[in-house]
Amino acid sequence: MIQVLQCTVNNRPVELGIDPRESLADVLRQRLGLTSVKKGCEVGECGACTVLVDGTAIDSCIYLAIWAQGKRILTVEGLQEENGDLSSIQRAFVEEAAVQCGFCTPGIILSAVEIVGSGKRYTREELRKLISGHLCRCTGYQNILNAVERAVEEARRFAGKD
Amino acid sequence: MYDIASIYEAKSIDDAIRALKADPGALVIAGGTDVLIKVREGRLAGCRLVSIHGLASELAGVELRPNGDIEIGPLTTFRQVAESPVIQAHIPVLGEAVDQAGGPQLRAAGTIGGNVCNGITSADSASTLLALDARLRVRGPRGEREAPISQWYKGVGRVDLAPYELLVKIVIPKDNYAGYTGCYIKYAMRNAMDIATLGVSCLVKLDGALVDDVSLAFGVAGPVPMRAYSAEAAIRGLPIREAVQAIGKAALEDVAPRDSWRASKALRVQLVEELSGRALAGAARKGGAAV
Repeated sequence: MIQVLQCTVNNRPVELGIDPRESLADVLRQRLGLTSVKKGCEVGECGACTVLVDGTAIDSCIYLAIWAQGKRILTVEGLQEENGDLSSIQRAFVEEAAVQCGFCTPGIILSAVEIVGSGKRYTREELRKLISGHLCRCTGYQNILNAVERAVEEARRFAGKD
Repeated sequence: MYDIASIYEAKSIDDAIRALKADPGALVIAGGTDVLIKVREGRLAGCRLVSIHGLASELAGVELRPNGDIEIGPLTTFRQVAESPVIQAHIPVLGEAVDQAGGPQLRAAGTIGGNVCNGITSADSASTLLALDARLRVRGPRGEREAPISQWYKGVGRVDLAPYELLVKIVIPKDNYAGYTGCYIKYAMRNAMDIATLGVSCLVKLDGALVDDVSLAFGVAGPVPMRAYSAEAAIRGLPIREAVQAIGKAALEDVAPRDSWRASKALRVQLVEELSGRALAGAARKGGAAV
């Protein structure tokens, strides 16, 4: 049972044979080597496997890879700038010491990419809700929230909105 | 790798029905947030699936019909329902209810049709759809039929849907939402990523300070989502303040909660009584009442 999957991963067109029983998380990790996609609970509760599909954050562990046909997938590997630097959102996580063991970090950063990309301003309560699909077992939520808040503010300043 | 025997990706609604007719033991998978978890847990291990995930052009979206009815495609995700301008303008309580399911990533994948078809009593959309007396349009090999949601739930995880039928539309008739304001309260242990210990949805239509009409529905107050018809009858015509006091006791006549590992029957009974009044008050406040 091999099917051909054609999609865009981190801005590069990809064509590869997959088993239709594979989750998107498995394909990204095992076939494409994108190990920033973490497998935590594998039942859509912890958010460690979060990726963006056509710009929307979903849990890739409960998303069949065949459903990604023709879609744009973004993982943390795709955030790096051309010169190899971290993206501004990743830097916000470093600056705010929002990374402890790091297991939940790639998923939360991708949710942050979607949040920041909306261009909207959020209250801290709204941000809490927007990242509520992520578990951090180190419980470093305050710094994570600070980092997301900082990334949103920086992007709005950069866009000249504040 | 998921333990799935086969998966067929339907090309259209009719193609899906044809596939289901050919293999009545196959299950429909839409957003996957329920089916894939049951496969992972082993409860659906080895299943055969018909995927309707790719049928968004036929099955997703929210539309306000010229006659005022609101039609929701079953493949519309929780997030799309919550963000729909039609829902926000006309039935905000439904958007608020589905916005409490799971977390953001789940709401971007899980669908309102899946929530209706899996027949789970804790489904966050169920009590509000019941209170709205939604009509469910179902298509099978011999054409379409429409079922009122009040006759949909047949037992734990069982709904009025034959193996070869597909839910194709959730219809909210205009008369059921126009003039009403609503409030959904989900009681759970966490604010996100949790399953309701009890869910209550109340719609009210006020005539000055009097209750002109009301509908009250529960999730997890029994084996299936249920309406509280006797509580509704008990408070119609009452002044809203009196109604808020009376509705909780009256609702106890309608419900049949049980003990589960999530909560005791006693807690659920207390929640039914307390939250009914709060939901009615919340709905009435949105309708301009000072309660």
